Amino acid sequence: MSNLNQAMVEKYRNSFLQEVQANVEEGDWVKMCMQCGVCAGSCPMGPYWEHPPQEIFMMIRAGKREEVLSSDSMWMCTSCYNCIARCPRGLPITHIMHGLAHYADRLGLAPKEQPTRKFANKFWDNLTKKGRVNELKLGLALYFMNGFFEGIKVALANQKLGLNMLKAKRMSIAEMFGGHGVKDSNGLHAILKKAREIELAKADEFKG
Amino acid sequence: MADIIATNETILVVGGGISGMTAALEAAEYGKQIILVEKNPSVGGRVSQLYKYFPKLCHPTCGQEINQRRIKANPNIRMMTMTEVTSVSGEEGNYSVTLTSQPRYVNENCTACGDCGDVVEAEFDDDYNYGLGKRKGVYLPHKMAYPQRYVLDPQIVGTPDATKAAEACKYGAIDLDMQEETNTITVGAIIWATGWKPYDANKIQPYGYDRIQNVITSVEFERLSDPHGPTGGKILRPSDGKEAKDIAFIQCAGSRDQNYLKHCSRICCMASLKQTTYVRERYGDEGKASIYYIDIRAIDRIDDFYQKVQADENVHFIKSKVANIVEDKASGNPVLRGVDTEGYNRYENPHELVVLAVGMEPSVPAGDFPVTVKVNEHGFIEQDESNGAIFAAGCSADALDVNRAVQSATASALRAIQVVNRVAGTEG
Repeated sequence: MSNLNQAMVEKYRNSFLQEVQANVEEGDWVKMCMQCGVCAGSCPMGPYWEHPPQEIFMMIRAGKREEVLSSDSMWMCTSCYNCIARCPRGLPITHIMHGLAHYADRLGLAPKEQPTRKFANKFWDNLTKKGRVNELKLGLALYFMNGFFEGIKVALANQKLGLNMLKAKRMSIAEMFGGHGVKDSNGLHAILKKAREIELAKADEFKG
Repeated sequence: MADIIATNETILVVGGGISGMTAALEAAEYGKQIILVEKNPSVGGRVSQLYKYFPKLCHPTCGQEINQRRIKANPNIRMMTMTEVTSVSGEEGNYSVTLTSQPRYVNENCTACGDCGDVVEAEFDDDYNYGLGKRKGVYLPHKMAYPQRYVLDPQIVGTPDATKAAEACKYGAIDLDMQEETNTITVGAIIWATGWKPYDANKIQPYGYDRIQNVITSVEFERLSDPHGPTGGKILRPSDGKEAKDIAFIQCAGSRDQNYLKHCSRICCMASLKQTTYVRERYGDEGKASIYYIDIRAIDRIDDFYQKVQADENVHFIKSKVANIVEDKASGNPVLRGVDTEGYNRYENPHELVVLAVGMEPSVPAGDFPVTVKVNEHGFIEQDESNGAIFAAGCSADALDVNRAVQSATASALRAIQVVNRVAGTEG
């Protein structure tokens, strides 16, 4: 168990709902769910989730902390926004799902092999380095996500696409050595640092 | 109608449904002068379109008849049908109101014999049956219509049908020269009882009311179940005219949903519970009813009724707001899709007919009143001092069942009586 996770368990001992309200983006809305089930029924990925959103909300209220945070359900969200459009009470369900996923990842409880999580982290790390996505490195990182031989196979299968992207100047071999970025990457890092501080301060301020 | 006598001790009641009739009768039987205006050709409103009332399951025709007899017996009530209020000015104790009456083209000589209707060929959608059937161009709105007098549809005026109808009448009751009339009257207080309308089910897109034939509304289901309705009481589904025996009811269709109506319409749970008894009455053990609900709101004493329906093993309760409905093309069956809250099971249930328990919204939209009144965020009239002596009764005030609408109407009658008593006192 990570230190942060341990600290959170201590802090919110009996109320996972309060923990979600304080730490999860839009988590304050969870208490508004009236368990009608429209989100679950409207979700195009619904049949593939272990726990549909409506059930996740109930589990949060029932204090099923481990089960929720280690679940891969919220990682299944594709941001189609069907649930938000249909929710009779206006819960920003998509955002809550992403908020939960993000929080679970921060605590180190998210399922390690969940592909959406892996991709999201690779994308984020790649992007935040220089403020621009390095397509070449991101692409290769994804190809080799599941091991070296698998990577070679995927790379060969996508050879033509890669060459075409090079030809169309959508990707450059030079990206391998540094790559392009925003003008002021130190400034970008300062912004991200500040954003993280604000996020943490918000959680500290929360008083159930 | 130049013979309307009204003073600032008169109470105007706008709307002749159950609330308006009640308010008018209560005040008239107390001794006040009443003008009761109704937009439609007959009074009775939405209650007259019900097959049965809950929770006693008696027929509205009975209560309606009592009210009609009370009106007939009471010289204090002046009833004006096909009339709308077009403007209101003035203040508490002294309002000037303009009433606009549409021509009925049939005068008091009418005996409701029906000879005119027999000869007329033109047919129109029957509003009384929510368009499920047709009526003639000259018609009696429905069997219990009061006044019992035919109406000639303005759409046939100037056609050979109108002449035929006039010729067929033995009593000289058809008068094609009638014109729209406008009257301005003075009244002391106004009771606003324009009631409700069913929420437009077409707006609830995931339920496909506009594209799936066998998805109907609760008000339409009332007409289908009524022996005096367009199908003679047979529950025939629209796609193929077959009797539907496996019927699903969807609660909160348009209510408790910020995309549609935010408020709880209060009546729909009881209405659907009641309608499951129609299914049992019609088919006995062969009928099957399924209620899809978020939570059943059968309040106080009518919880008994809920328990009785729950005890019926042919009625199934599924705790889930249906996410969407698709049509099975081969059978015409609507297929309900969603996830239930008792176990989070994903379902895909076909039914022969689906009834949407549509919500109640005020029949006059906020902003369309001929006078400024304070309404709440749902469009219902508030009890507010700034409204002067304009008092809402029944479903103009809130989403109410018949029982509560009548209570509300009695309360508004008392408020209006106090105003005109004050006027009488100062003029003493």
